[in-house]
Amino acid sequence: MYLLAGGFFFLLGGLEALLIRIQLMYPDLDIFVGGTFNQLLTMHGTTMIFFAAMPIIFALLNAIVPLQIGARDVAFPFINALGLWLFFLGGVILNASWFLGAGAPEAGWTAYAPLSTPAFSHMGVDFYVLGLQVAGIGTWLGGINFLVTIINMRAPGLTFMRLPMFTWTAFVTSALVLFAFPAITVNLILLMFDRLFGGAFFNADMGGNVVIWQHLFWIFGHPEVYILILPAFGIVSDVISTFSKKRLFGHSAMVFATVLIGFLGFMVWAHHMFTVGMGPIANSLFALATMLIAVPTGIKIFNWLFTMWGGQVRINTASLWSIGFIPTFLIGGMTGVMLGVAPADFQYQDTYFVIAHFHYTIVGGMVFGLFSGMYYWWPKMFGKMLNEKLGKWNFWTFFIGFNLTFFPQHFLGLMGMPRRVFTFLPNAGLEMGNFVSTIGAFGMTLSILIFLLNIVITNRSEQTVPADPWDGRTLEWTIPSPAPEYNFAQTPLVRGLDALWVEKMEGNGQISYAEPLGRIHMPSPSVLPFLMAIGLTFAAFGFIYHTWFVAATGLIFTFVLMSIRSVKDDPGYYIEVEDIDEGVKV
Amino acid sequence: MEPVKTTLPAYPEKATLEGRNKVIGFWLFLGGEVVLFGSLFATFIALRQAFHTGPTGEELFDLRLIALATGILLTSSMTSVMAIVGMHRNDVKSLRTWMSVTIFLGLCFLGLEIYEFTHYTSMGHKMSSSPFGSAFYTLVGTHGAHVIGGVIWMILLVARLPKTGLTVVTAPKFYLASLYWHFVDLIWVFVFTVVYLMGKVG
Ligand code: HEM
Ligand SMILES: [Cu+2]
Repeated sequence: MYLLAGGFFFLLGGLEALLIRIQLMYPDLDIFVGGTFNQLLTMHGTTMIFFAAMPIIFALLNAIVPLQIGARDVAFPFINALGLWLFFLGGVILNASWFLGAGAPEAGWTAYAPLSTPAFSHMGVDFYVLGLQVAGIGTWLGGINFLVTIINMRAPGLTFMRLPMFTWTAFVTSALVLFAFPAITVNLILLMFDRLFGGAFFNADMGGNVVIWQHLFWIFGHPEVYILILPAFGIVSDVISTFSKKRLFGHSAMVFATVLIGFLGFMVWAHHMFTVGMGPIANSLFALATMLIAVPTGIKIFNWLFTMWGGQVRINTASLWSIGFIPTFLIGGMTGVMLGVAPADFQYQDTYFVIAHFHYTIVGGMVFGLFSGMYYWWPKMFGKMLNEKLGKWNFWTFFIGFNLTFFPQHFLGLMGMPRRVFTFLPNAGLEMGNFVSTIGAFGMTLSILIFLLNIVITNRSEQTVPADPWDGRTLEWTIPSPAPEYNFAQTPLVRGLDALWVEKMEGNGQISYAEPLGRIHMPSPSVLPFLMAIGLTFAAFGFIYHTWFVAATGLIFTFVLMSIRSVKDDPGYYIEVEDIDEGVKV
Repeated sequence: MEPVKTTLPAYPEKATLEGRNKVIGFWLFLGGEVVLFGSLFATFIALRQAFHTGPTGEELFDLRLIALATGILLTSSMTSVMAIVGMHRNDVKSLRTWMSVTIFLGLCFLGLEIYEFTHYTSMGHKMSSSPFGSAFYTLVGTHGAHVIGGVIWMILLVARLPKTGLTVVTAPKFYLASLYWHFVDLIWVFVFTVVYLMGKVG
């Protein structure tokens, strides 16, 4: 579900990006100018970050984390469903702005005040505020859910230091979600009060302070980029170790690096604000802290290389994406360090250099990681292997298209092309770079079409997949593909890092169990989460259109449902022993 | 003396995996709430002198009223502890009585807050009158909304108690409601200091 909805928003965001690039293909074009261009830009950034990247990550977390820790489900299935619906309807609210009201939000995905205050923007920003608010609550609940799942529901013997890297990164990512999202929640509340109830938070004429928006935004926003990249680190770690037939080099160093990156991710938000005028001391401190992040990140990159070193590296689509990840992410990391030099940032800020930087990290990092994870876990999730031949086409067209698009943007930025402008003059030396960049965007579009084709073809095929198609190392490969709804018929017993591999090397290749086969308790499905989310959506539209009656009804409806939920207990149901598929012999 | 009923385990709120999940999940929830209030406090501190043409805190606040509200809320924290002590003794009656007292005190606090807010608006202190006004109502109002939520939650639990009884399913709910109540009280201590005391003194 998360995957489907996230994929859908990814296509929307991608389409917006393509339109942006078409406008910038030649100088002096006037296809999408002014307000329309601003709307496309804002919606592209917002959609990609909040409604494509996040849910696709959550999809993998949902599908894989319980499997990697030997759990039957996440800790709170009800809250999981609620989170999903809140995210999805949040996306619907945001995108409804294209059709209703005065057009999509236009103040950039960062929605800096005062640009986003009523004085400088139209109604679109209301859709931004309430859409993100609804989705943000959903994401935040998801974070708590994963944390509790990992803390409390690990199989016996699975100590924290034995957790697979993907689960570790899921853990740190969820912690970042837990502590970062309340900051944006508050920020959106402040902006909402200014826009709807005449609040004066960002009204400089009355002594309000617009820098508050920037601080709260980046206290959320910088951890957010680590929320996006850490799971990709986890995927790459698991994939590289599986396909090198070696345990991950420096597993405990990787754990340490992950936690450190998570922590530093919180301390460096103000590097987005060097040019605000915080003073030399603050700038130096934040620059220093920013560069410190390069240390654990470097450790990770070396550990991946050392894992492959001397391993029997198998090349297939899943491992290609992970191997391709290393150089592209490295480039993004290096330009990040360049941007972290506070005085130099005065030169780069708001040019295409920044665009190139964060796309090398987000696309060259996170998207590559997600593709790798998708090819790797597809059989476990859907019981079929994605086609390898199309997969390789998918990879190479994307890899080439990506570099064509974003590499020239470094130079465009250095030559002074500012970001967020809808055109440029001829004969300023900017034609070539922009033209190549747009061609690259078409390359990536082609690649995505190939991927969709791959899904369709795979879906049609009749193949069945064994439990352990990759000669895997961790618990998810001990159960049938696709995973049954109860995941594990019996809770596994873990005897070391890479639990399955330990049994393959030292045991009889089969995991042993911590409990006898018995009937399995399952939660019953419920429509309440969906209805609750609908209630909040109603309320959001009430606020957007200043119809307080609708807003209040929606809120009350949701609260009544919450009350019903809190006093009614879900007895669930049982799956009897004879209906349990006894697992597989590996 | 009444014989102690032994149908429940010693710590019923943590007796099942669901219960333990809820308790940990709730602590994490409160962790997030700390950031939420932290951001609100930071905003308030940044704007607390931005009075524009509206009234200042010094003109508005009456510390006697606030001290009374504080006293009520802190007492209610204590009564909610008594409720949980009762629960751990498996004493349903004591649980119900102390929870009801807690609810009553919560309602008194809310009454005072409503009086306070209407009084202030009549003095020209509104959301729109100054950044200070916006920050004040957002921070104190968010706390007040938490109080309302807590009171409704406890009312539901107590009202259903005769029907559901005290079990390993309901015990975590009472336990968490009491934890939540402590948290709301703790936040109030900061509100009292940062908003009212600092507003009055400097
Ligand atoms: C499909 C390939 C993509 C292309 C061709 C593309 C292209 C662009 C372009 C042209 C801009 C506007 C630059 C400006 O003038 O400010 C932009 C901004 C942005 N993109 Fe992408 N993008 C792609 C994928 C992604 C992905 C996957 C993400 C995130 C997961 C992403 C996140 C962003 C963000 C956050 C901004 C900044 C928006 C703002 O500053 O308002 N992009 N992109
Ligand atoms: Cu940053």
